[in-house]
Amino acid sequence: MKKENLPQDKSALGDITREVCYVKNEEGKYTTDLSSGWEVKKDALDNAWTDINQRVEEARLAVKNGLVSPIQYYMELRLMDFPIICGYTGFWRMTIRRHMKPHVFKNLSDKKLLLYAQAFEVTLEELKNFKG
Amino acid sequence: MKNEFRHIQTAHCENGVATSLLKYHGFDYMSEPLAFGMGSGLFYIHLPFLTISNGPAISYRTMPGWIFSRACKALGVKVHRKKFNSESAAQEYLDQKVKEGIPVGCQVGVFHLPYFPSEYRFHFNAHNLIVYGKENGKYMISDPVMENVTTLTEQELLKVRFAKGPLAPRGHIYYPEKFGEVSEKLLRKGIISGIKRNSRDMLYIPGNFAGVAGIKYTSRQIRGWREKLGERKSALYLGQIVRMQEEIGTGGGGFRFLYGAFLEQAGGILQNDQLTSVSEDFTKAGDLWRASAVQMARIYKGRLSEQKDYDESADMLLQIADIELEAFRKLNKMKLT
Repeated sequence: MKKENLPQDKSALGDITREVCYVKNEEGKYTTDLSSGWEVKKDALDNAWTDINQRVEEARLAVKNGLVSPIQYYMELRLMDFPIICGYTGFWRMTIRRHMKPHVFKNLSDKKLLLYAQAFEVTLEELKNFKG
Repeated sequence: MKNEFRHIQTAHCENGVATSLLKYHGFDYMSEPLAFGMGSGLFYIHLPFLTISNGPAISYRTMPGWIFSRACKALGVKVHRKKFNSESAAQEYLDQKVKEGIPVGCQVGVFHLPYFPSEYRFHFNAHNLIVYGKENGKYMISDPVMENVTTLTEQELLKVRFAKGPLAPRGHIYYPEKFGEVSEKLLRKGIISGIKRNSRDMLYIPGNFAGVAGIKYTSRQIRGWREKLGERKSALYLGQIVRMQEEIGTGGGGFRFLYGAFLEQAGGILQNDQLTSVSEDFTKAGDLWRASAVQMARIYKGRLSEQKDYDESADMLLQIADIELEAFRKLNKMKLT
């Protein structure tokens, strides 16, 4: 890539920082330059976020309709998958799957719920009372 | 022999930590491309059956941590590494090092990193930054991918050092400890072994999903995605490829430009024109990676959606695989002294 072709598009980096890219200067030698972003990857990132928001919305509706417990909603909201939530709570995947059932969730002890609340960075009350 | 600590912005976090710390300890010739090349950083792997944030698990570089270890080893530098079970022990140890005035590398998770743009905060646990001081209860942070230095409170730093999930850092802290002599001879040797190891990795690693063969594997997969996953999901998958390839830290073109820069520098240091000419091959590969990203973007933006468009992206990857295969064969055969 030539230095003059380095894209300077608007991106989520905004005013926070610019990123280093390796480009060729006029003499055909490698040098570094700063880029504020590239539309192609901005679109990829935007797409990923659209998908995440959609998953969160689906989970919210599922909680509202009594199909799953708030744990699933907050997992989607905090971009967590099973290996990550297992890491934060110390529960096994199987156990968490059970806790995602509303009738199991209802009877969970505060001690267990607190582990989830801490992982999701919400209060115990917020977690318990989330109705979708 | 120690220099004053200076923040150096680099494309990739691990190269950056390696470069800054080694420079601080008197290796004045260190640069990001050299660290990357001596650490045999270039790679390709597409792990089958595994998904990361609901997309294909693809990496354009070698395992986290290896670049730094290999580069240090080549230069005769011993790295001290420590992980912790308790958060308080981790903080005490860090404070001790800060007091001694030693800048240290820390492995952290990105999700809770407050100065990162929120759109980039995913659960990625192998980010690296340098702690180089403490003022008014706040740690002074040199994050290699940021333009400027920044600070983190005690709590903020503990949180990211103890992020959980895959590759959990567990307070991982590291710094170069014992040094040999800073010599030109070691540098030349390090460059040569870095190149040889990298060509071996890309050409002969077993299995059909890593190295140059891995690029062909992805190409085959792309052809089947539209039929197997539907248009929406396959578009997301392509988006993930592009993000892994171009996001912050790659220097563009999935690290290929960075490797080209390394070979150019290596050609200068070893006075070998052949290396400079292979550097051109990687520039070409990098340009093609970017062209393939543009093609994929047309699909995930919804401008194109036919099977032939997927095939076209797949064909571009095959072309890239051929170029990289040729280039690494040349490197593998080359007699370097």
